[in-house]
Amino acid sequence: MPEASRVDSFCLSDFDQSIGNHLENAVELSGNPVNNSLKVSSQTISPGPVHLGTSDRLPISVDRSSFMYLEDRLSLLAQKVQSTNHIIIPSGDTENQEGSAMADASPRTDISTDADTDDKNQRFDGSQSLAAVASDSSDRSKDKTDQKTLRRLAQNREAARKSRLRKKAYVQQLESSRLKLTQLEQELQRARQQGIFISSSGDQAHSMSGNGAMQFDVEYARWLEEQNRQINELRAAVNSHASDTELRMIIDGILAHYDDIFRLKGVAAKADVFHLLSGMWKTPAERCFLWLGGFRSSELLKLLVNQLEPLTEQQLVGITNLQQSSQQAEDALSQGMEALQQSLAETLSSGSLGSSGSSGNVANYMGQMAMAMGKLGTLEGFIRQADNLRQQTLQQMHRILTTRQSARALLAIHDYFSRLRALSSLWLARPRD
Amino acid sequence: MDRVKDLASKKAAVIFTKSSCCMCHSITQLFYELGASPAVHELDNDPYGRQMEWALRSLGCNPSVPAVFIGGKFVGSSKDVISLHVDGSLKQLLIDAKAIWF
Repeated sequence: MPEASRVDSFCLSDFDQSIGNHLENAVELSGNPVNNSLKVSSQTISPGPVHLGTSDRLPISVDRSSFMYLEDRLSLLAQKVQSTNHIIIPSGDTENQEGSAMADASPRTDISTDADTDDKNQRFDGSQSLAAVASDSSDRSKDKTDQKTLRRLAQNREAARKSRLRKKAYVQQLESSRLKLTQLEQELQRARQQGIFISSSGDQAHSMSGNGAMQFDVEYARWLEEQNRQINELRAAVNSHASDTELRMIIDGILAHYDDIFRLKGVAAKADVFHLLSGMWKTPAERCFLWLGGFRSSELLKLLVNQLEPLTEQQLVGITNLQQSSQQAEDALSQGMEALQQSLAETLSSGSLGSSGSSGNVANYMGQMAMAMGKLGTLEGFIRQADNLRQQTLQQMHRILTTRQSARALLAIHDYFSRLRALSSLWLARPRD
Repeated sequence: MDRVKDLASKKAAVIFTKSSCCMCHSITQLFYELGASPAVHELDNDPYGRQMEWALRSLGCNPSVPAVFIGGKFVGSSKDVISLHVDGSLKQLLIDAKAIWF
């Protein structure tokens, strides 16, 4: 009697346990051939190591009728196992299940089905050898039961196959939906950039500021395109060893282009200062490094120093001083912003509740709001000075460096931000489960 | 204007501010960072504050505060101060006026 291998299936061990019990019963009652004295022990549902403990004790001769009863029990149990398997395989009705959940469920049931089948066959081989020893005339009834069981096994296999196909179709459907969703998101993003206002609320005031932000986003996108073009021109000139005069022309154009964006930001700061401060017009990775609505000049210079070698002593001093000045100005502006935050918080939190008359409270409230509004108005000034700092730093850098060094610096700056933008794209497109 | 000029000449570095102005706070902090000890005059706490503000505007200071004077001479508002600081001129002006030594 082949020892059943341990299978990770509730049904199988349950099944085998019962068989063990039945064989025990059959053996013990071998002296009494009457069927109805055979009591079937209750089917215990206890998963665990499967073994037929009776294999040691099986006698050579087993009563024929007992054995037929046993075979019937076997078929019934096989039926029960199959029906349980059917429950585990997700049906087509439960479409709302996650594809992955289905993926997890089916293979297990498939495995258990197949192993179940094998073990059942083994058991039948075992039982058949027993029967052969017992009697020859039991062959015919055995065949009938064999056929029934075989038919059921085939049905089970068919059901499993159908469920696999259903799972496959479902997963494919999910994949195509996901693709469509990504496409729609991209279209929406593009439409937004082109200034088509897509509003979830119908708020008029909201749409006004939205237009200011939207317009800036469009202008910024155009500005980036133009900058890419200019940088490519510069790179080609540097690689083809163009003259200093030629380089200077292209560099002047690039610096003037930087002036453009600072000017555009100034206009946008008047329209929607919070949009600029939020950094939503930049990519996620760039936003990570956001300081007062843009990049930190001091950080940029730190990155450049290594790439600009060789520098003369004077140049090194100049760049170091520039970095320090930049840092100091940044710190000063940051402190001013902190003072603004604190002041705003104090304005909004100071309030007497119900001590004076209601009219006094209203006047108080209005006064506080007016003060807070005034403070918010100064944000524009801070962004303006932050951009002023960036602009001045770029120009001073250009003054300190030679033409060729300036070219390299501008290329390095562009490459750095370009990589940050690429990183953002990769991040946004990363596979998620 | 006389009062402005008078106060501006009293110390090497003088900054006119308003107590509610946070940009003034930034510029003042910058001066401290550089080692200068500027005299700070809050216009909203000065009885002649209004006239002084008018005088500062007439000097071309917009916004009127912060208004920076070094060595008695009008330097500018926050934008000018930052620009001068970036190209190193601010430090030199302070050294020349003996507001700082290095």
